[in-house]
Amino acid sequence: MYRSHVLVCGGTGCTSSNSTAIIEALEKEIEAKGLKDEVKVIKTGCFGLCALGPVMVVYPEGSFYSEVKVENIPEIVEEHLLKGRIVKHLLYEETTQTPDIKSINETNFYKKQKRVALRNCGVIDPENIEEYIAMDGYQALAKALTEMTPEDVINVVKDSGLRGRGGGGFPTGLKWSFTAKNSANQKYVVCNADEGDPGAFMDRSVLEGDPHCIVEAMTICGYATGATEGYIYVRAEYPIAVHRLEIAIKQAREYGLLGKDIFGSGFDFDLHIRLGAGAFVCGEETALMTSIEGNRGEPRPRPPYPAVKGLFAKPTTENNVETFANIPQIILRGAEYFNSMGTERSKGTKVFALGGKINNTGLVEIPMGTTLREIIEDIGGGIPNGKKFKAAQTGGPSGGCIPASLMDTEIDYDNLTAIGCMMGSGGLIVMDEDNCMVDIAKFFLDFTVDESCGKCTPCRIGTKRMMEILEKITNGKGTLEDLDELESLASYIKDNSLCGLGQTAPNPVLATLRFFRDEYVAHVVDKKCPAGVCKALLNFVIDEDKCKGCTLCARNCPVGAISGTVRNPHTIDSSKCIKCGVCVSNCKFKAISKK
Amino acid sequence: MKTLEELLAIKAKAEKAMNVREEEGAGTRIVVGMATCGIAAGARPVLSGFADEIAKRNLKGVSVSQTGCIGMCQYEPIVEVFEEGKEKVTYIKMTPEKVARVVADHIVNGNPVVEYTVASIDK
Repeated sequence: MYRSHVLVCGGTGCTSSNSTAIIEALEKEIEAKGLKDEVKVIKTGCFGLCALGPVMVVYPEGSFYSEVKVENIPEIVEEHLLKGRIVKHLLYEETTQTPDIKSINETNFYKKQKRVALRNCGVIDPENIEEYIAMDGYQALAKALTEMTPEDVINVVKDSGLRGRGGGGFPTGLKWSFTAKNSANQKYVVCNADEGDPGAFMDRSVLEGDPHCIVEAMTICGYATGATEGYIYVRAEYPIAVHRLEIAIKQAREYGLLGKDIFGSGFDFDLHIRLGAGAFVCGEETALMTSIEGNRGEPRPRPPYPAVKGLFAKPTTENNVETFANIPQIILRGAEYFNSMGTERSKGTKVFALGGKINNTGLVEIPMGTTLREIIEDIGGGIPNGKKFKAAQTGGPSGGCIPASLMDTEIDYDNLTAIGCMMGSGGLIVMDEDNCMVDIAKFFLDFTVDESCGKCTPCRIGTKRMMEILEKITNGKGTLEDLDELESLASYIKDNSLCGLGQTAPNPVLATLRFFRDEYVAHVVDKKCPAGVCKALLNFVIDEDKCKGCTLCARNCPVGAISGTVRNPHTIDSSKCIKCGVCVSNCKFKAISKK
Repeated sequence: MKTLEELLAIKAKAEKAMNVREEEGAGTRIVVGMATCGIAAGARPVLSGFADEIAKRNLKGVSVSQTGCIGMCQYEPIVEVFEEGKEKVTYIKMTPEKVARVVADHIVNGNPVVEYTVASIDK
């Protein structure tokens, strides 16, 4: 019996900030102090507070250590684990600001969150099926198989109000009922784990932190829809997630939770993993299935929908990772548990990956209906360096931006659609006053131009044409007619593209045009970039009054564009200047500015 | 896996091993003095004795942790029991043998074992 458990985050974020070395150091130090039989080290999934990684929690005290370094380990083991004295100066700062050390659940970051899909992330050892079982794991499957008919299962999912978390928001129960209705000698369940939006890592974190819940949910889906085989399509760039999924599937087979006659019900189900090579279009459901079949990942026209003719031309149910992650709780705790959370038409919670200009970069799960302001100011801890919030991009390259004026919008599917945005899969990129919205639109469009599979013309050529116009604008050569051209191209591409990639690709441009038209106009008419990002429209100038003639800028200029003599104001030759910004960051007198 | 009972049996066993991870709250804390003096006097088997006994009885809301020197080194191993809303009870000269009785009488049934406590010194 271990008297103490040390949970170290083994998610991708903390792994890249060296949590593996921390685990090794911990184990070595614990062994050296003779605590091996008393203290257990557990590698978990993501805790969510990636900005402060690597993170580590010591139980029974529940002490939350953040930004742990290998050199801190001897102190933590000696003081905390051996002598029982919490090492206060290494704890997450916010927990130490009251006389009693605060529980992590009381901190601003966690307080407003409600964890359903992420309930086990950072709580259990994802490589140990028994820990999942201890947290009620596989009980939903047992309940479904032994007490419910497939129709019962579908009805509970329908009543829960769960909608697809991949971005589309299609009602999950309805989707399942379509597949269930079609008879065939073979049906399939597919889990879409091809998370491709820049800055999104919700699905990765679920797979890394709680792989068994996906195995359980897919099996339940198989039972409900009459499928006996499932495929998880996951990006090869997610090695930790793939590894843990493989372990989970192996363990589930060993425990008889996958395979023949599960729970003595006569129901058989098995799972396979397929790795995606990283093409964004493969996150589109029909392209994903084409890729699983071994072909080049290109979408196919719908109808026929996957529920009729999906994977290997058989009826198929495809859901996103986060959608599946909600299923076991819905079955186990009932539809009312789930539909009591959220708004009128969007039930439950949503996971967001917070990124960009925000203090608490990380993973959060909030009830639907939480406002953007709460997410950014309370949970996210606001914008770094006292900058002003400008907009937040949801839905990545398929979504749009929410400007500061709409910060009090309650986040749910319908509200976001109403303001010309979309829920998307959950990437939430925060932008501050230093971001140029034209540049942001260009960034996302550049992504879709690259990722367009090329099968249909509107998407292949249309996005490229839009990109060229944006480049023209950011180079200071745009005209007001270009803005109209952008809009008409955008609506043409939306209406005529074959799949979701093309149909949503113009969204970032349309949203920025709608909310930040003045920035476009500034680029086109005044030939200025208000945020100071678009290099072609910038001039670096030295303020003669502030310049002390220290020569530092001239010495560091890589192209020799700055001239002047010691103790006399310098000047920049704008024909030579490459606008790299080295002079600005070197100047101790803040004499150089972008104009 | 053929029955729900099989699953629940695994759950019960695994839950026991994870009890220690429950958020500390209105529970009982058993704190063992583990400074040099405590360890020299044999605090380590006392500490693991408590941990084992709690696991055996599957007690919830009870945690075992350690602390430094309490100051009465001649009475080590010293164990303090903190219960919500009650006075702290300090046991002295603890041994693994005494542990079972402290858990049974005090932790489970709420009757501190007076003859093991610091209050027995004067007698």
